[in-house]
Parts: sequence; C-alpha cells; structure tokens
Amino acid sequence: MSKEINNGCEGCKHYNADGLKKLGVDISDTDYVVALAGNPNTGKSTVFNALTGLRQHTGNWPGKTVTRAEGGFSYRQKKYKLIDLPGTYSLLSTSQDEEIARDFILFGKPDVTVIVVDAGRLERNLNLALQILEITNKAVLCLNLIDEAKRHHIIVDDRSLARDLGIPVVPTSARYNEGLPELIQTIHEVATGKIICKPHKIKNVPKQINTAVEKLNKALLQQYPNIINGRWIALRLLEGDKSVIEALKSGKLAQV
Amino acid sequence: MTDKNTADNIISLASELRWNIGEGYHDKLAEGIYADATAIAKNAVKKEGEKRNLRLDSAIDNIVTSRIWGFPIMFFILATVLWLTIIGANAPSSMLSYLLLDTVHPFLKNIAASAGLPWWLDGFLIDGVYLALAWVIAVMLPPMAIFFPLFTMLEDFGYLPRVAFNLDKLFKKSGAHGKQALTMSMGFGCNAAGVIATRIIDSPRERLIAIITNNFSLCNGRWPTQILIAAIFIGAVVPGRFSGLISTASVFGIAVLGIFFTFLVSWFLSRTVLKGEVSTFNLELPPYRPPNVLKTLYTSLIDRTLIVLWRACIFAAPAGAVIWLISNINIGDQSIAAWAIEYMDGFGLFIGLNGVILLAYIVAIPANEIIIPTILMLTVMATGNAAYGEGAGVMFELDSSAEIGNILKAGGWTLLTGINLMLFSLLHNPCSTTIYTIYKETGSWKWTTVATVLPLIMGFVVCFLVAQVWGLVVG
Repeated sequence: MSKEINNGCEGCKHYNADGLKKLGVDISDTDYVVALAGNPNTGKSTVFNALTGLRQHTGNWPGKTVTRAEGGFSYRQKKYKLIDLPGTYSLLSTSQDEEIARDFILFGKPDVTVIVVDAGRLERNLNLALQILEITNKAVLCLNLIDEAKRHHIIVDDRSLARDLGIPVVPTSARYNEGLPELIQTIHEVATGKIICKPHKIKNVPKQINTAVEKLNKALLQQYPNIINGRWIALRLLEGDKSVIEALKSGKLAQV
Repeated sequence: MTDKNTADNIISLASELRWNIGEGYHDKLAEGIYADATAIAKNAVKKEGEKRNLRLDSAIDNIVTSRIWGFPIMFFILATVLWLTIIGANAPSSMLSYLLLDTVHPFLKNIAASAGLPWWLDGFLIDGVYLALAWVIAVMLPPMAIFFPLFTMLEDFGYLPRVAFNLDKLFKKSGAHGKQALTMSMGFGCNAAGVIATRIIDSPRERLIAIITNNFSLCNGRWPTQILIAAIFIGAVVPGRFSGLISTASVFGIAVLGIFFTFLVSWFLSRTVLKGEVSTFNLELPPYRPPNVLKTLYTSLIDRTLIVLWRACIFAAPAGAVIWLISNINIGDQSIAAWAIEYMDGFGLFIGLNGVILLAYIVAIPANEIIIPTILMLTVMATGNAAYGEGAGVMFELDSSAEIGNILKAGGWTLLTGINLMLFSLLHNPCSTTIYTIYKETGSWKWTTVATVLPLIMGFVVCFLVAQVWGLVVG
C-alpha cells in the first residue's frame, strides 16, 4: 500500500522538491523568513538540517538547542531564510531559551512559522501550537515523528487536524527524510499566499476574561490598525507581561 | 509622543480590566488552552491495539532509573566508554605519531636544511609550530574519534535525561538545579559547550552554580593527559596484563571525583554566596530512539571531532612557538623557561608538583591538550637530559609510554607527582575558551573570576594535602 503511494509520488513533480537548493549558511537577500518552533525534542533541528543541508547538532534530550540557528534554502526561485528556535512548552514563561523563541515569533514577524509537533504526543504539543496561532496567521503544522507514533500504534488524522486548526498539516518523519518535499511545497504556498490560513483561536476562555480581551483588543486595533495579533497582546497585557508592555511603549509591537 | 500616550492609555485600560477578572487569571487561561488542545487532539488521534513499545520504554526506564540499578548502570556505562576510549586510542595514536613525528618531521627538517633556512626560523617553524600541531593531532584525534561517537550515541538513544533523573535528588540536596546533570554531561565533551548548555536552566542562581562547577567535568582536552599519566605511573605499578584495567580504574576515579566536587562546590555555593530556593521543573523522559549509527559517526566525526581538533590546533600552533621562544631566548646565563621553572619549583614541590608542571599549565592556558608535550620538553631541558629530545624547545613524541616514564623519572618525578598531576589536571582554571564563554554567558567579571580562580585554589589545596598525607604514609 505504502509502496504504491511512493511510486505515485515519484512521478509527481513535487516529490523531489524540484528546484530545492540547500543554501547552508548563505542567507543573503532572502525573500521569506521561516521560523521553526515547537516543543523540545520534537525534531526541529532535524527538519532544519534536512532543509538547509547544515548539520546543527541534534540529540535525544529536551533542551539541545539553546540558541537560534539560521540557514537558507531556495525553492522555485524564491530564497528562504530558516530559523531554528529553541524548543519551548509554552510562550507564557521566562527562561532564556524560551524567551528567544517567543521574541522571534512576536517581533521577528516570520513570513511562515512551521510548528513542529510530536505526532505521538499531540495533545501536549498542541498547547504550544494554539498559542502560536494566536500570534501569527501564517503557519504550517509539521506533524513529525509519525514513524515513532506508528510504532506506538498511534494514528493521527491529519485532515481533521488541519480542519480544526485552520492551517495546513504535513505529516513527516524528518529523520528518514519522509514528507519533507511536501513540507517545502506547503511552506512555499503559505509564504506566497497561495494558501490562506484561518487559524483556530482559543475558544475555551472563561467569559470574564473573554470580555476583557475583546475590549482591550478593540482599543488596540483603534490605535494600531496594523496589529494582527491583538487578542494575544491583550492576553499578555492582562497578565502584566513586562516585555510586551515595554514593546508596546517603545512602538516595537506596532511596526509591521 | 502621541504614540506613548496611546500606549499608556491601553496599559491603564488593561490594569483596569485586570480587576474585573479576579484571581487565577494565568491558571484559568492555561486551563482554557489545554481544554482546546484536548478537544482537537481527541478528534484527530486514534490509538490502536496495545502500546507494546511504550511498555518496553517504561520497562527500560524502570531498570535504568531504579533506586538499586540506576547508579551502577550509570557508572558502568561511563567506565565502559572510558575503557573503550583508552584501549582503542592506543594503536592509532602511535601510528599517527610515527607518521607525523618520526617521518614527516625529519623530512621537513631535511627540506629546511637543503633550502638553507636560518636555524632560528627552522627551529621556530618546524620544531615549535609544526611539532605542537603534530602532537595535538596524534594525541587528541584518536581518543576524540572514539569518545565523541560513543557519547553521541548515548545522547541519541535518550540516556542523558535518565542520568538527570537519577542525579536529580543529589543536585536538589546540593541546592542546585536537576538539569545541571545535562550540562555536566555536556562538559565531559567540552566545558565551553557545557557552559552554553546551562541556558536550559531558568533560575539565574542555579545557572551560575552550573556554570562555575562545569569545569569539574573532565573535558576532552584533559582525558589524554589523565590516560597517559595513569598508564605511566599507576598502570606500571601492577603486572602488565592488569595495567589497562588499573589505568582505566584510576582515570574513572578522577572523573567520579570530579562529579563529587561538582556536588560539593554546588552545595557550598548554594549555602554561602548563592543562597536561594531550589526551583522545581518538569523533565520529559523522551522515548528511546535507536541511534542512527552511520549518521552519528558522520556528524560526531566530521562536526564535533574535527571542530574541536581545529580549535586545539589554532591554540597549539602559537603555544608551540611560545615554548620554543622561551626556551631559546636567554636572560643572563639561562633561558626564560629555566628561570621560570627555577622560580616556581619551590612552591611546586611544596604541593607535590614541580616548577615544570606549573610553567606548563601557564603556557597551556589556551588549550589543555598540550600539557603533556610541554611538560616533557621542559623536563628534558631542565634536567639537561640530552639523550632524549632534539634540543631546546623541541616538543617530541616518544615511541612508548615507558620511555616517557623514564624521562619524567629522570626529572625527579615520583608516583606522587603522577597522582598530583592527575588531580591538578582535574582541578585548575578552565581553558581560555571556556573562560571567555563564561564571561559571555554571565556578563560579569566577578563570576568569571570566581569560576577561574576557585578551581585553581582547590587544586593547590588538594595537591598540598595529598603531598602531606603521602609524606606521612610513605615517608
């Protein structure tokens, strides 16, 4: 069964990600910036290496990547800069590696954010994914480690997931180079606007909080019509997040 | 101006609204996000049949993190990695030294002679710079090429978080963060890498403890020194067939002593200058993954090994030049090196070392890897043992460790000197790369100085105490 699919794919022009050039550290004059985010130990660095041809060290323990690594690839005449962020469980906390990840998604304004999740631990991983979707509208879910999930008899319905999340979902097994051509193609389509995402917004917010968020969001949009993630900024302001307050005061948040 | 005003308006609106929400905002929000995540995951995930593999994972975990077996297994793995490194590195090391030192070096000398190079240029370049490089490659490459892949495979397999799990209690008792076990493990490869890895620790207090104590993980530049000295002075005390085992045991002992000092100093710091609460954290035990052997070999050889080797070479070349210069430039009737050795001999012997070792550690601040060749060269010069070596300031490799032993013994070395050198190699200032990394990570000269000087003082004290006890027992 899977063999037939493979054969079908080989004929398809996307299969070999034609026109993919791994550019290594050459990241000059890029057209699009792509961020790789996700929980620790989901294989972000492995995806990064596969796309850029670089060899960031990978390891099977949470916390391997503590700095952000950058690399490039080009696909269909467009140059992409790829940024491998440290793994985080949430965007609500404060350690240095988590802050690097959050600040980049918030202030670096990547053109596409690839959220790498462990297919075998989807529920826990979605916690971060949902927070990222509050910040950005252009995202791709990379459903990684499907080989491992399969070994554990866990099957993830990627279509239903894509429907619920409102963003494209690509199953991959980056260690064995499976699904990467499809991932590149999807990144390309989101970056160029061929796919428009309608990301899921957090629904189970208690009513008082939701009212407050809506009020604050409205005020924000009135002052800064360019802001796309007003709801999330509102959530952070209600929490009293110092770096978001700072960024609002300095005008860093409002720049697009 | 208006921008600031509108921002202030929004912020005050936010604090106003915060009153209406009431307490527990953070938890309520987190719960809300989780509820969404659960609902979506439930829609998409199907579990089929039994989770046999998960059971296998937890079966392994029950053993490797058990109260009884956790520590023995950990020590057994560490000892095995060391033993494989020690016995495996021997043959390729002597092959490399035969090639680079016995074959290429005379060849270069011949070319220089026939080209009519002046003696000082020829000495500076070939006997100083080239030999330092050749030594570093011959001594470092083989053990690294064995150690790094083995270590990387353990890392890929998922063993490191289990080590952290086992050591968590001890770190907590020392007032340090459990994730320090991970940074400590990284330190066994390279202390600078270990210091950068401390970024995974959230609390600044616990992070400083992890940075300061990382130096007690024997790094890759120090393994060869430990291995060689153990073979010459400790392995030689027992019959030949046991010497490999006994050398491994003593190097293993030093490594474990380093772990002990990590706990001791963490405990000391957390009760004095770095007081504070131990923070709690979640550590995910990732699934075991079969290491991808070929890929591991490739990345750990090409990336880790060659990068570390390259760094060592960059530091070794100028160090070789310095050694050659200080032993060939005379002030009065003897060379700078001889003056320095004479000057430091008193203090050196007082703590069971000697002036040569101390001078070597000053020359080798940039890279611990070149300690042994520096010591040998300086010893030959100081004892005037013209039968060995090739003149002042020439680093050389001898064919067998027995011959190195002869030189050192002629230089007045005893078993005590050997043991104390092993201890001092564990307890002294970090190399210059690590010191610079500590400064970059902490941004503080104060803590960089503490991290640099503290182990050095400990080294002096420990060596002194050992020398005193030795004097009482052996006489």
